[in-house]
Amino acid sequence: MSLHRSTLAQLSAKLAAKEVSSVELTRHYLARIEAWQPSLNAFITVDAQKSLAQAKSADERIAKGNAAPLTGIPVAHKDLFCAKGWRTTCGSKILSNFIAPYDAHVIEQFDRAGAVLLGKTNMDEFAMGSSNENSAFGPVRNPWDLQAVPGGSSGGSAAAVAAMLAPAATGTDTGGSIRQPASFTGVSGLRPTYGRVSRYGMVAFASSLDQGGVLARTAQDMALVLSVMAGFDERDSTCMDRPTDDYAAGLGKGVKGLRIGVPREYFASGLSQDVAAPIQAAIEEYQRLGATVVEVSLPNQALSVPVYYVLAPAEASSNLSRYDGVRYGHRADQPGDLMQLYKRSRAEGFGPEVKRRIMIGAYVLSHGYYDAYYLKAQKIRRLIARDFAQAFEQCDVIMGPSAPSVAYDLGSKTTDPVQMYLDDLYTIPINLAGLPGMSIPCGFGDKARPVGLQIVGNYFDESRMLSVAHAFQQATDWHTRMPGGFE
Amino acid sequence: MLSLEQIARIAHLARLELAAGEDAAMQQQLNSILAMVDAMAAVDTEGVEPMSHPQQVTQRLREDRVTEVDARAIFQSIAPEVEDGLYLVPKVIE
Repeated sequence: MSLHRSTLAQLSAKLAAKEVSSVELTRHYLARIEAWQPSLNAFITVDAQKSLAQAKSADERIAKGNAAPLTGIPVAHKDLFCAKGWRTTCGSKILSNFIAPYDAHVIEQFDRAGAVLLGKTNMDEFAMGSSNENSAFGPVRNPWDLQAVPGGSSGGSAAAVAAMLAPAATGTDTGGSIRQPASFTGVSGLRPTYGRVSRYGMVAFASSLDQGGVLARTAQDMALVLSVMAGFDERDSTCMDRPTDDYAAGLGKGVKGLRIGVPREYFASGLSQDVAAPIQAAIEEYQRLGATVVEVSLPNQALSVPVYYVLAPAEASSNLSRYDGVRYGHRADQPGDLMQLYKRSRAEGFGPEVKRRIMIGAYVLSHGYYDAYYLKAQKIRRLIARDFAQAFEQCDVIMGPSAPSVAYDLGSKTTDPVQMYLDDLYTIPINLAGLPGMSIPCGFGDKARPVGLQIVGNYFDESRMLSVAHAFQQATDWHTRMPGGFE
Repeated sequence: MLSLEQIARIAHLARLELAAGEDAAMQQQLNSILAMVDAMAAVDTEGVEPMSHPQQVTQRLREDRVTEVDARAIFQSIAPEVEDGLYLVPKVIE
């Protein structure tokens, strides 16, 4: 089997058996990235010299016999994880010249594991978007169909994994930004429980919703990567101090007796039939494997999008106030006074979607509107979280679609932001509750574009979710399907 | 519905300069977002505690000792304009 068709676990075995060196593997992926960058635009920054230096040290470590599972494995990172000496742009003009002066905790963890930083992937500006069309570095295209969007905001990471330009990539998920692109590109994606992975050095969008995670091709690969990313870090005050599992070791548990909750609201109007059918079929497959299905209800689910578009912009307007043209990032030329320096640097540096959200955030937090919008949204957020708590009294995992449709064409939804927001109705509630969520490929819909099954777990139940996904991938082959034209 | 005057006020609060003509488009888009958000108003939230954070935990306290090192030179190496260790901005006091 060619190197890039191998899973991360298989590559790890090849490295351990010295069938291939990390330098060879890294060169192989760098050549693939170069070949397909013009058609996919999945990467913002690649630095072969830096990557190969890391690969060389990984080979030395393997030779000494103290390799970890990810030693020598090239991993791509969403361009909002700060990596010392690497340009970290967040897909924004305002950070287009920003060289990170330190490493994110996640980057340190990959360094300790001996992984190779393969490059920084394209994304919607500051992770705000669902189609990757909001990047200052141009849109990413979907490897399954170059006319289609890859989803967002982790669109570059998803496209890179789908086109076999990287065995795995990191992403972040504030309202669905790992699960929806995973669904659109036919890869597996996991957003862990809020607090499972440190947000230190991960550029903030909405701090009470942001969580870093992984995109890869299999549950096993996600388990290997999560084992590296997860864990306590005192530099993130919201990172939970509780032990991590050996996620890869727990994969073989099967699904006999598993209680799958299926929310009746998930299959109501708005879900495209070409998506509903593969999701139903996947749930039936689980029943054949020994799981039982219980109907649950999430009555406040429809309020998730309105709540999210108050809370996320509010937190964003506060977080993004740091971009002032003074300490780093883009600075306007010849400002007349300090106020002009701020206003023009920000106006020139931010794109339209980021400006919209900063404006909404500033408004809902402003005097006289705080109670009606911000406080009200926080109260409904609790109702949404309670819905999940009640549902999990009757089931172990919740299943449904990751997105209401397959990937749509580039440019088809850019004129009406609200329409694109409403598409995130299946992913956003999980972020509001702080729960872990996952998307795994389970079939194809219209125009032969991939469909993803969403699996939602209870807090810190990633180990069970991964074994549930693994059981499906042992019984089916959807996760092995690759888009044509990338050999 | 937000008026153009309110749009200008919010833009000032957000420290964003709106180009000529940009304010009308922004007004239309923000009003469309707020119309969607207005679905919240109908929900009875009497007695519901606001949820500001997904985890019910109290903030950790750390030991009171110096842990940060001086990184001024590193941080200022990426600043747009510095002099003698200071960040330069247009004159604030005449």
